[in-house]
Amino acid sequence: MRLRNAWLGILGLTLAAAVAACGGGGGGETAKPADTGAPAAGGGQKVDPATAGDVKGTVTLDGVAPKNEPIKMNADPQCVKFNPTPQFQETYMVGSDGKSLANVFVYVKDGLGNYSYDPPTGTAQIDQHNCRYHPHVFGMRVGQTLEIVNSDMTLHNIHAQPKGNQEFNTGQPIQGMKTTHVFTAKEVMVPFKCDVHGWMNAYVGVLDHPYFGVTDKDGKFDLKGLPPGTYTIEAWHEKLGATTQSVTLGAKESKDVNFTFKAPAPTATN
Amino acid sequence: MLHRFSTFLAACTVLLILAGSLVTSHDAGLSVPDWPTSYGWNMFTFPPSMWVANIFYEHGHRLIASTVGFLTIVLAVWLWLNEPRRWLRWLGVAALGTVIAQGLLGGLTVLFFLPAAISTAHAGLAEIFFCMTVAIALFTSPGWMTFPATDDARLRRLATTTTVAVFTQILIGATMRHTGAGLAIPDFPWMFGRLVPDHWDAKIAVHFAHRAGALVVTSLVVASAAVVWSRHRLHRALTRPALLLLLLVAVQVTLGAWTVISRRDPWINSVHVVCGALVLTTSLVLTLRTWRAQFAAEARDGLEAVPYTRSSTLRDRRDAGAGLETGPRGARA
Repeated sequence: MRLRNAWLGILGLTLAAAVAACGGGGGGETAKPADTGAPAAGGGQKVDPATAGDVKGTVTLDGVAPKNEPIKMNADPQCVKFNPTPQFQETYMVGSDGKSLANVFVYVKDGLGNYSYDPPTGTAQIDQHNCRYHPHVFGMRVGQTLEIVNSDMTLHNIHAQPKGNQEFNTGQPIQGMKTTHVFTAKEVMVPFKCDVHGWMNAYVGVLDHPYFGVTDKDGKFDLKGLPPGTYTIEAWHEKLGATTQSVTLGAKESKDVNFTFKAPAPTATN
Repeated sequence: MLHRFSTFLAACTVLLILAGSLVTSHDAGLSVPDWPTSYGWNMFTFPPSMWVANIFYEHGHRLIASTVGFLTIVLAVWLWLNEPRRWLRWLGVAALGTVIAQGLLGGLTVLFFLPAAISTAHAGLAEIFFCMTVAIALFTSPGWMTFPATDDARLRRLATTTTVAVFTQILIGATMRHTGAGLAIPDFPWMFGRLVPDHWDAKIAVHFAHRAGALVVTSLVVASAAVVWSRHRLHRALTRPALLLLLLVAVQVTLGAWTVISRRDPWINSVHVVCGALVLTTSLVLTLRTWRAQFAAEARDGLEAVPYTRSSTLRDRRDAGAGLETGPRGARA
């Protein structure tokens, strides 16, 4: 009897810990239901191309960019074969001037009102090539098809970790394999990771409108075809977070909006 | 032979726990996204050329787990066919049920993207299964039958409390591990440069609980060893696990500190998990041996009453005609 009670007690403790872990949140915030990005049937007005303008600009880093973390690929001989030179993460991609910042996702966060847009044409694509994701940061529309390709002679899994969309984890063991996925809700940003090769990560911004872009190697972006209005523009970086600015755009107007991220203070490892 | 086989199974379970902890330490739990298949292959025909990077840990864990599962089937059948003690036969069946449930939990945690609750339950059930294999190895050992029983209620309470405390501490550690709180307090021995953290959140709290639990467990182990040493110094069946427990706890605390200082080096972290399991089962062995006399006492119900003294042995009582007990209910078939 005592033994039985002891075992029951032990099982109870296990259950309690499991419940506590559940309450602990698993290291993440509670997922909130995201707004569906698809425009309502017969939705709002169309953007008039005759009055549309642009918002463009540059994203720069104030301070010295930290060194990117080195990557050890030796756990997979194929990855070493593709990348014989020392490899580093793509966290801080600065231009030759040391200031312009690439891989920053810039988009209209607020102010678009009740416009409706043509459905997305074509597919977005992410390729697993040379044991890296290409592109590292990109944007796509709600309802648009994402094509996931494995161009490597080694196997990958692509694991999306959204908070508002459906999480998925798909294996692609054969070179040339393609799978597709459609995000049903807007979300900035959805992280991707390869659990086989821990250094592989990428981010996609999923939006219900077409006004987004990613800064190039010179830190430049261009949001074209915006209707007149006052907008909140956000610039998002995977490590430095997000910053916003407000801009008012008249008919056929083009305005510059520049963002500056403060470089993190150097640490012992940088 | 049965004892040797069950000991072998317990040793394989140590290897399995190491493999499982390496999966978590390398963040490799989802490197094989499907279950029970592996990238669409049958688990046993998945080509070794594809066991690259983190797949090596996850797939290796699955293969070792399958081996342990098979060995547990053999043990359960062996016990069922040859073991005269009915309760021990059922313990073998319970171990088999546990390892099956453990496999299902492992599969579920992959299919549901490693929810902390399932992963923590998987870690906790692994310890219970390990305890079962060690207990079976102990119960089938010749020493269990001839071990001079010691009826010391104080030691019994202390050893039992220690085992429960160690198991609780392991569950807190597993919760910490699977909620990403392993470095929530980044320094050691201080906590944010102080004796007690100056700010709190859920992760810091669970990490703090694990450190505080280490102090509780260490105190209980030292107290148990002190009682064994002061009152049963000549009983090697008690002094040996007590000394081993002291040694393992010292190693375990060192490994815990090293895990934080090394920023969770995967191997140090994993050996810390394995050492925790060894602390638990060593404490369990000590506890079961302190209960050995109690088992016999329950079995004597209805039989001739023989005075139970601290110095009496099973052999004494058998010689006295008390009827040798072999399990908690005296159910010798």
